Amino acid sequence: MVKSLIVIEQEQIISKEEILEALREVMDPEIPVLSVIDLGIIENVEIEDNAVTVKMIPTFTACPAIKIMQQQIKEKIVSLGFEDVKVIVDDSVSWNSDRMSEEAKRKLEKFGLGIPNRHGGEFSLEEIEHSKCPHCGSSDTTMNSLFGSTLCRSIHFCFDCKQSFERFKPL
Amino acid sequence: MRIKMQPVEELMLKMADDALIIGHRNSEWTGLGPILEEDIAFSSMAQDKIGHALALYKILHEQFGEPDSDLLAFHRGEKDFKCCHLVEFPIGEYDFTTARHFLFDNAEILRYELLLQSSFEPLARLAKKIHGELKYHLLHANSWFTRLGRGTEESHARMQSALNSTYPLAPGIFEASPFEKELIELKVFPGEKVLHEMWEEKVHALIGEAHLQIPSVKDATIGMGGRNGYHTEHLQPLLNEMSEVFRLEENVEW
Repeated sequence: MVKSLIVIEQEQIISKEEILEALREVMDPEIPVLSVIDLGIIENVEIEDNAVTVKMIPTFTACPAIKIMQQQIKEKIVSLGFEDVKVIVDDSVSWNSDRMSEEAKRKLEKFGLGIPNRHGGEFSLEEIEHSKCPHCGSSDTTMNSLFGSTLCRSIHFCFDCKQSFERFKPL
Repeated sequence: MRIKMQPVEELMLKMADDALIIGHRNSEWTGLGPILEEDIAFSSMAQDKIGHALALYKILHEQFGEPDSDLLAFHRGEKDFKCCHLVEFPIGEYDFTTARHFLFDNAEILRYELLLQSSFEPLARLAKKIHGELKYHLLHANSWFTRLGRGTEESHARMQSALNSTYPLAPGIFEASPFEKELIELKVFPGEKVLHEMWEEKVHALIGEAHLQIPSVKDATIGMGGRNGYHTEHLQPLLNEMSEVFRLEENVEW
C-alpha cells in the first residue's frame, strides 16, 4: 500500500521536462561529449499512467550506437522511478545535422571535431572541401577522406595550423 | 488509393538485395584497401549499404508480413534473391571495384531520387534519409573514377579495361520487373526504363570527363536474369559465407 503511494507521488513529481533534463546525461558512445538531447535524436516523450514512451530517431541509417543509446535511455528513465518505459526507434522521421543544437556544436569543436554547417534541408558537397578547422578556425583546409573513424565523420587537413582533424558530416 | 502489395514489395526486395550484396562485397576491402583511407571508405560504405538493406527488409517485415530481416538476409535460397549480376562479382582489383562502384552507385542514387516522390510513403521517407548518405558514396565513386581515368597511362588503361568488363553488366540493374506498369500507374516508381535513361545520360557524361571511352555492348543478354532469380556462379559461395555463422545456431539470441 505504502509502495503504491510512492509511485503515485513520483508520477506527480516527475514531468516530461525533467525526463528530458535527465536525458542530457545519456551520451552518444561514439561522441561522448554529446548527449542524445544535443544530437536532436529525441523526437518525443510521453507520460501516461506512469508509463513513459520515448520516440528516438537514428542519425545515420546504419548507426551501430542506436541500440546502446536505446538501452541507456530506458535505464535512465527507469532510474527516475518509472517501471514501464518504452523506447521506440521511429523511422518515420528523418534525422539531419540541422537538428543538432548550437550548444552541441560548441561542444563538438571543443572536443576537436569540425562541425556541420546549418544547411536548411540540402547540404552541398562543395563546402566539405573547405571545412572550418576546429583547432584554429581557418577555412584554408582540404578534405582528405569522406569517410572517417565512424560513419558520421570525414577526415580533413588544415593548411594553417598543419593539423588533421575529423568533422561531423553534414547530412 | 490502396497500393497493391506485390509490385512495391518486389521493388524493395531487389533494392535491398542489391544493397546487401554490394555491401558485403565492399566489406571485403576491410584490411585490404590500397591505402588506409580507402580501407576505411569501403568499410564505411559497406556499413551504410547493409544498413540500407536492413531498413528495407524492416519495411517488408513490418508492413508486408515477410520474415524478419535476419531471415531475409541469411535464410533464403539463391533463387529467392533478386540482386543484379553486377553486384555479385568478387571485388577483383581496385580498378574493377572502382568501375563497379561508379556504375552501381550512380544508378542507386538516381533510383532514390525518383523515390523521393513515391506514393508509397514509407519508401519516400526512407529515400529522403538514404539519399543524403549516398551523396557521400557518389562523390567517392565519381572522384576516384575521374582521378584514375585521367591519371597515369597505366591507371587510364586499367580503368578503361575495368569499365569494359563492368559496363556490359550494368543494364542488369534496370531489368524490367513484371510490375512496371502497376508501379508507374500507382506512382510508386516511374519505372526502370526512365531510370536507365537518366543513368545513361549521367554516366556517359562522367565517362567523358574521366577521359575514358563508352564501351560497346554487343550482347544485350549479358548481366540479365538477376531480378528473376538467375544469378552468376559468384552469388551462392557469397551467400554460404555470409550465412555461415547464422546457420551454426539459427535460433540463438544475439
